[in-house]
Formats: sequence, C-alpha cells, structure tokens
Amino acid sequence: MAKFADHNETFSLAGLQQGTFSSVEWVTDLLQRIERSDKTINAYISTDGEWALEQAKAADQRRASGEAGPLCGAPIGVKDVLNVQGQPCHCASRILEGYTSPYDATAVSRLRDQGAVLLGRLNMDEFAMGSTNENSAFGAVRNPWNPDFVPGGSSGGSAAAVAAGSAWAALGTDTGGSIRQPASFCGRVGLKPSYGRVSRFGLTAFASSLDQIGPITQTVSDAATLLTALAGHDAKDSTSLKQAVPDYSSALKGDLRGMRLGLPKQYFIEGMDQEVEAAVRQATEQCRELGAELVEVSLPHTEYAIATYYIIATAEASANLARFDGVRYGAREAGSDPLDQYGKTRAAFFGPEVKRRIILGTYVLSSGYHDAYYLRAQQVRTLIRRDFEDAFKQCDALLTPVAPTTAYRIGERTADPIQMYLGDIFTVTANLAGICGLSVPCGFSSADLPIGLQILGPAFGEETILRVGHAYEQSTDWHVRRPPLWAGTAS
Amino acid sequence: MSDAFKVSIGLETHVQLDTRSKIWCGCANVFGSEPNTDVCPVCLGYPGTMPVLNREAVRLTVMAGLMLGCEINRYSKFDRKSYFYPDMPKNYQISQYDLPLCLGGGVEIMVDGQPKNIRLNRIHLEEDVAKNNHFEGFSGVDFNRAGTPLMEIVSEPDLSSAEEAFAYLQALKQMLVYGGISECNLEQGNMRCDINCSVRPAAQEQLGTKTEIKNMNTFKGVLRSLTYEIKRQIDVVSSGGRVVQETRRWDDEAGVTRSMRSKEDAHDYRYFPEPDLMPVVLSEQEIEGWRASLPEMPTTRRQRFVDEYGLPDYDAGVLVADKAVADFFEAVARDAGNPKAASNWMMTEMLRVLSADDLEIADIKVTPAALAVLIRLVDEKAINNTGAKEVFAELVANGGDPKAIVEAKGLAQVSDTGALNTWVEEAIAAHPNVVDDYRGGKRAALQFLMGQVMRASQGKANPPMVLQALRDKLDS
Amino acid sequence: MSDPHQPEIDVKYVAHLARMHLSDDEAEVFQEQLEHILEHVRQLSDLDVSGVEPTAHAVPVHNVFREDAVDASLPHEQAMDNAPQSRQGLFVVPRILE
Repeated sequence: MAKFADHNETFSLAGLQQGTFSSVEWVTDLLQRIERSDKTINAYISTDGEWALEQAKAADQRRASGEAGPLCGAPIGVKDVLNVQGQPCHCASRILEGYTSPYDATAVSRLRDQGAVLLGRLNMDEFAMGSTNENSAFGAVRNPWNPDFVPGGSSGGSAAAVAAGSAWAALGTDTGGSIRQPASFCGRVGLKPSYGRVSRFGLTAFASSLDQIGPITQTVSDAATLLTALAGHDAKDSTSLKQAVPDYSSALKGDLRGMRLGLPKQYFIEGMDQEVEAAVRQATEQCRELGAELVEVSLPHTEYAIATYYIIATAEASANLARFDGVRYGAREAGSDPLDQYGKTRAAFFGPEVKRRIILGTYVLSSGYHDAYYLRAQQVRTLIRRDFEDAFKQCDALLTPVAPTTAYRIGERTADPIQMYLGDIFTVTANLAGICGLSVPCGFSSADLPIGLQILGPAFGEETILRVGHAYEQSTDWHVRRPPLWAGTAS
Repeated sequence: MSDAFKVSIGLETHVQLDTRSKIWCGCANVFGSEPNTDVCPVCLGYPGTMPVLNREAVRLTVMAGLMLGCEINRYSKFDRKSYFYPDMPKNYQISQYDLPLCLGGGVEIMVDGQPKNIRLNRIHLEEDVAKNNHFEGFSGVDFNRAGTPLMEIVSEPDLSSAEEAFAYLQALKQMLVYGGISECNLEQGNMRCDINCSVRPAAQEQLGTKTEIKNMNTFKGVLRSLTYEIKRQIDVVSSGGRVVQETRRWDDEAGVTRSMRSKEDAHDYRYFPEPDLMPVVLSEQEIEGWRASLPEMPTTRRQRFVDEYGLPDYDAGVLVADKAVADFFEAVARDAGNPKAASNWMMTEMLRVLSADDLEIADIKVTPAALAVLIRLVDEKAINNTGAKEVFAELVANGGDPKAIVEAKGLAQVSDTGALNTWVEEAIAAHPNVVDDYRGGKRAALQFLMGQVMRASQGKANPPMVLQALRDKLDS
Repeated sequence: MSDPHQPEIDVKYVAHLARMHLSDDEAEVFQEQLEHILEHVRQLSDLDVSGVEPTAHAVPVHNVFREDAVDASLPHEQAMDNAPQSRQGLFVVPRILE
C-alpha cells in the first residue's frame, strides 16, 4: 500500500486523527507486515486478522461519528499472558493448550473501550519467566536489529513487534524488568508503572507482588497516552490503588531545569559493558545540558537485589502456577490417580525454566527453609525499599542503565541460569520497591545493537519520569532510527 | 469410661457463613444448585483472576468472635496454604495463618449440671473447597461450594468425653444460629468438624498421642466416633501398646474409625502472605459498633422469658433452645396478649407435633398469627379447649384461618342461655335420682349432670355457663 | 543457613511437593543448577536483618473489600467448555481413593 511505503513518517496516531489513513487501512497494512516480519522475528503467537479488521471498522465508524478518543483505531499487540475474551491465552506454554479465555483483562477492556484494535497475541518467555524470550513453547523471538540476537524478555514479542513496526504499540508485563529490558534491547520505549497503578486483573500471575502491566511504544508520548488509558483503580484488583489518574500527556513539557537527577553509584559498576556505560553517561550529560542537576546517590543494598528477587518471585510463582493441573482447563496427561495425573501433566507441559523456578520457589517456602530464605528475602526487600525512599529525598528521579550489556546472542546464556539472572540487576529493584521505571533508547553499540537509559521515579511518580524521558528523547534522534528489518519488510 | 484414664478432645469446627455471595467473587452462596452453575473464572481458579474480600464474611466472623468472647485482632491478614487436591481450584487455599481475625474465647457447656468453659484457641476465615463426587471408574468435581466463606473455630483440648464434645457442638450451633452467623444446617454441610483425641493415664500430666478424625458432618457421628475412638485408645494403652499419631476416618455403617493409611507424605503447606489481598485493619470503634449490635444470646433470652412473661425457668429453657421456636413463641405471645397460653401451646401441642414428625418449626403450616387467633378465640370463650385442639390439628394438617375452621367444623361454643336452659332442664328431668343425690349433699352428682348437658350439646356448650345454669336450677 | 558445601536441596523431593515428575536426567541438571543458584542466594545471610519488618506488599494499603452482592455466574456450558474432560456436569479426574 503506497500510503505506508514510508512507514517512518506515518507510524503515529496523528495519521488516524488527521484522517490521512483509516484504521482499516492501517490494520490491513500491519497484518501483511506481521506476516512478512514474523518469518524472521516470530513476534506473534497468533493473529486474528478478521477480528482485527472488524474492530478497525468499528473504530473508523466511531471516529466518523466524532466520539473518538486518542486511541480509537490504534493497532495494538497484546502479550500472551493477558486474557482477552474469546481468545487463547497460552502464556507461551503448552500447558494452556486448548484454553479459551471467558473474560477480558481490565487493561485490555480499558483499551477496547477506547476503540483500540487488538492485532494478536505476542510471544514471550513461558509464563513471563526469562530475559531473552528463548523460553517459549512457540519458538524464540529474534531481535529486529539483528536476528542472531535475542530481543530480551520476557516481553520479547512485544518489544520486537514495536521495533519492527508490526504494531503501533504493545502491552507487556514487568515482574523484574520484562518491559524495560526488551524495550532497551530493541531500541524502544518501555514503561513499568508503579505497583498498583494499573490493574493486574486478567494478567496471568507470575509473581503477584511484583507484576505490573505497561506499554512498549515508539515514543515517550505514546507511552503517556497509553498509561492515561490503562491506569486507575479497579474493584477486581485489591492491590490497585484509588489514586487519581492525571493526563500523563500533559506532563510532557519543558526542559529539565530545576530537576535533580540521581546517579546511583551501585548502578555504574565494574564489569559492565563499556559501550553501555559510555552511552548512559553521555545521556546523563545530555540531561544536565537540558537543565537538570546531577547528584550521586547510593542504593547500598543493590547487590542483594537479585537474590531477594529470585526468592520472592519464585516463591509466589510456585503457588500461582499450582493451578495448572489439567482439571478445569488446559492440557492434561493421563495418570492413575489425580496426583499422579498432576505430576505427569506438569512434567509434560511446563518448560525447563518454569520447572526450575517452581522448584526453587517451592524450596524457599518449604518447612525448615522458609525463614532462612523467604522471610529473610522479605526483610531485605524492606531494606531495598528504604534505599529508594532515602534516594528520592535527594532527587526527583534516578538515571541508570537498563541492563549491563546489549542484547545477548541467541543461545549465549541459556546454559547458565545464574548468569542470565544477574543480567536483571538494574531492573529488579524497581519491582521490589514498587516504584516506576522507564526505558528510553540512548545509543547503539559498535555492533549496532540498541542501548537503553533507565529513568526510575518514586511510587506514583510517572509524570516525573515521563517528563524526563520525553525531554531527553526529543533532544536526541535515537528513537526515530529504524532497524534494518523495518525497511526490509516495507515492500 | 474407665476412671483410670483422662481423655482430651479438641475440635476444629468449620462453619459456612450465611452470606449472599461467595468470599472472593459474586457467585451466589447457595446450596443445592445443579453442579458447576454457581461458578465463575474467580472461583474456578482461572489464570489471571484475583480474589476480592467479601466485607460481610469479615463482619460475621468478628461477630462470632465477639459472641464467643474472643479477642479481635486489630491487624489481620490472609495467607496461601499450598496443597494439591482436585477440590482445590488453585491448589492453594486462601486462609489465615499467623494473624487470624479472632483469638481465644470460649464456649460454655453444662456437665452434670455444672457449667464448664471450653477454651477456644482461635477463629480464622478461609474459603471452602469444591465437592468431589465418586463414581465407578472416575471422580467428578463440582465447584459450586468452592469459595463459600468458611470460618474455622479451633478449640483447646478441653473436652473430656464424647458427650462433652456433643454438648460443645450443640452450644456452638445454638449461638451461631442466634447470631445469624450461619444457618448451621448439618444436612447442607454448613457445619463440619475434625476431631483431635487422645487418652492418658489419670496420673499423667502430659497429653497422650492424638489421632485426628477428619470430616465429621453430624453431631451424632461425633458422639459415636468419639465413643469408639476413646475406647479403642484406652484398649491400646491398657494392653501395653502405643497410640499411633495418624488421621482416621469414621465408618458410620461399621461404627468404627479406620486408619487412613497415610500413603502420601507429611503435608508441607508452605504458608506465605496472600499477595493479592490486603490486610484487614479493624478500628476499636468498628469493633465496638459490632459488639453493640450483637443479638440477644440464649441465656439472656431465657432469663428475659422468665422475667417478662412469667414463665417457669424450665419452660423458658425449652423454648429458647431453638431460636426459631423462641421467635415463634414470642410472636404468638405478643399477638395473643397471653404469654402463658402461648407457652402452654408451644410446650405441649407444638413441640409434640415437631418431635412426632421430626419437623423444624419453619416447616410447619401453623403461623404464629394463626395460633394467636386461636388463643384469643379460647380467651373470648368463642370455643372451648376441646374445640381448640381440633382447630389446632386442622392447622397442623392444612394451615388456614382458625375462625374459618371453627365455622366450617361448627365448633363455636354455645353460650346462648335459651339453648343451654333447654339442655339443662332435659338433663334434670331425665335423672331425678341424681338430682336427689345432689340435693342430699352429693356434690359429685353435679359432674354427672354436667356431662349429660355437654353430650347433648355435642361438646359445644360453654362449660362454666352450664355449671352456673345447673346450680341456678338445682339450688333454687 | 547450613554448611554451604552441603547440598541442602533434594530436587526430586521438592519437585514432588510441587506435583511435578522429573526424569533422572532433568533431576541431575536441575540439582546442579539449583545448588549453584542457592549458593548465590545464600549471600543474604551476610546481612543483619534483625528487627527489620518483612515486606509482603509493595504498597501499604488495607481494608479492600467488596460488598456482599450476587453477580452473574458463568453459564454452565461455558464453565465446562475449557474442561479437558467432563461428565454429568462435573470436571472429571481419575477416581480418588480415600
């Protein structure tokens, strides 16, 4: 379609709003684009083209009637961990084979209420457990910047699709960095809202006290638009807060004069990729030039974060994933009695990373080990939370790398789980503390792989981090760079 | 039971709360629906669903705690208790581990005419599980019951006989029904208990090894199983053996407890705080408000019946034993304006009918209003007692309006002096010898003549008026 | 925590608690990996956490309730739609021996 030949210029909601193209036209183009790009990157588990076009048609009618909000007709991909009524929700696992969801996740229904068009279900690490998107029953996702590299995880499909231009934006989930890290590895914007900001109802839980839903987008402005739609109290989620929802888009103004931005010294450590460190340092300098004052701060318990995170997350996961037993839904393997059947079903249909984490989580809660591991981790979690409370007394937001490295080569870290886990060091802390974090592109490595800047803000400080992110983004051109795959697929 | 042994019994009593909806979702909390019709993604444990705590379940649990003298925890929370079983939609049960809603408290029972306090350890709130049904070759799960609010009342091992355990359950049931906490309908599984029981030589301080009898759902079953289990344990210990700590099952038909070969491992419940539910914090003000709204308890009501209605203590005790009976009585007493008559009817006719036909008072066709009308008819001398009993029998059989029944059956008492005088004169004329006997001082002769008049009137004559008329004629 | 050189985790037993059969090969790989992970995780014992309150929730909120009102349940057919096996309106499992 000629109108979309130069996808760069038109890939924004402005085209819909100005009537340059219709939602049906956009969705039609995207469905073809998905088919082409997914031969390489495998971002989608499934699409429902017919349904997407129905939604697009309805959105166009709504817009014609003049009652359209900013998201009306916007084509969005949804991570396979979120329930959409009438659609499968595999969580990239074989154990949910045959499951059709009878209900919409609250985040999904809020987007649908606004007229957003759901394109399909995005690939991910099984049950959101992983940092590379190699743990999927539907095959690994590949990085649009270089298919020999991982897109990050666990929202790898979401980040890859947005980077490749096969969705305007995507919903991801972040338990220990699963939005921010893949957004960074794919050179896009990823927002993890504060715990309690977005309802988790309908998000298949990995670790309930850490999980949050958030957007992966082309720009900070798109992230603000989506957060405004997603955020707010939900009576179905007791952990969602009754805080007013501002119009986050209106926070995106001005430079950074008068702002104090903290650089936590534990996040610039020896052994991290030098190109990453250089790019992030340069980004902090750029923020200074935009008027911010930079201060060094300390988050002294950072080195304990990975251990704390993997105890708490796996403990909660071991209970959350207990329900997959093949009785009420999903796949089942025959057994001689119910418990034998459970043992065989769970053995046959969970992948290795999920099994590993269920065993770890079961162990840290088990009799004799509960206090030494689980209870202690909860106490250290308190210390990590306090670190941030102290830091935010000295500054408005923190600037850090998203990850110590750029994207890994496919297969590079699969053999050694602990090396894989250590890559999450800069992202898990926000989930433990319940604060918000934004990942914004800030450069490229010599191998042409994206590097991300992380902006952390206090709980419910989304306006601050979006403002910082937007000001930085608009002063650079990292976000308008397109991966080779983008051009390659625009026939 | 042998005096050489002491028995210690503790009960864990599960009580379904009388809420409209389930504890975490809006599915109806009702009994007897078609299988898997009162279910939704939340109570089926679907991926992505989350529990939201029913406020009423918390209130009822705290009310029960206040009634039972518990200390109410100002800060309470929920925990996940992990175990895999087909009746568990999530394979963990949301319960309360270290910070339950209520602590301590007690239940008073009567032992040999003396009150005895059975201490409570705690009351916590949790979700009920689904129901497994067993067939040839497979089992099937019905999740209607899953997510029913369930309160677990844990007693200390203060009960020392099967009879005390029985009395404890009865006392508990009476209070919970009075408080509107639960209907405690045993047939519907509203009240179920696990029994912990041990014996030890009388001289020994330390409790003996206990066994647990799981899932008892009748009070009679508790009585019988404990009678059996106590004797079994005493026999084991007396013959030099050791009681094995284990879970046993009551076989009601055989009348024995049997070891449930603990083929599976010891449970490791792996409790941890439920991340999807926030803690419950109760203010002093809220707790005191609930305390002030506590309904009248049976012992208080019994005393009030004595004071207010002038009933004998025994009668008051019988009437308050069942809250529905007591409510019925009070409605009749108020409507009829004659508490003594109301009590007499309840104590004699009503309780006889209930026990003869094994009915609950709610099942009976007589309404309090109808019984009150009947009492008024007697008080106004519109019918006599014989007629009233006939009307009552008709009310029991078919219900209806007493006045209409009196009319239909022609039971109205004859107080018309013309008719009465005719019967009286006929009786005097027919029995001159008896009249002579009376006039000769034989007062009993009057009763004979009275009987003749009543027979002539087919029982409808107003007896005091007949007596008066006879005297008027004979003494003149 | 116990002696760091003593393998404290018995992967097969823990997997059994989680109702997950493991093949011998799987058990061997997991045993080694999990010992390695636990070795790292044990660094938490270096910290003095005495008197530190545990964090169970990321946000300090309490008393979140729903009112006691009945909402629509799922139609029975829809509730059974996802069942791998059902009979007589029930979710079928292998016969439970009590």
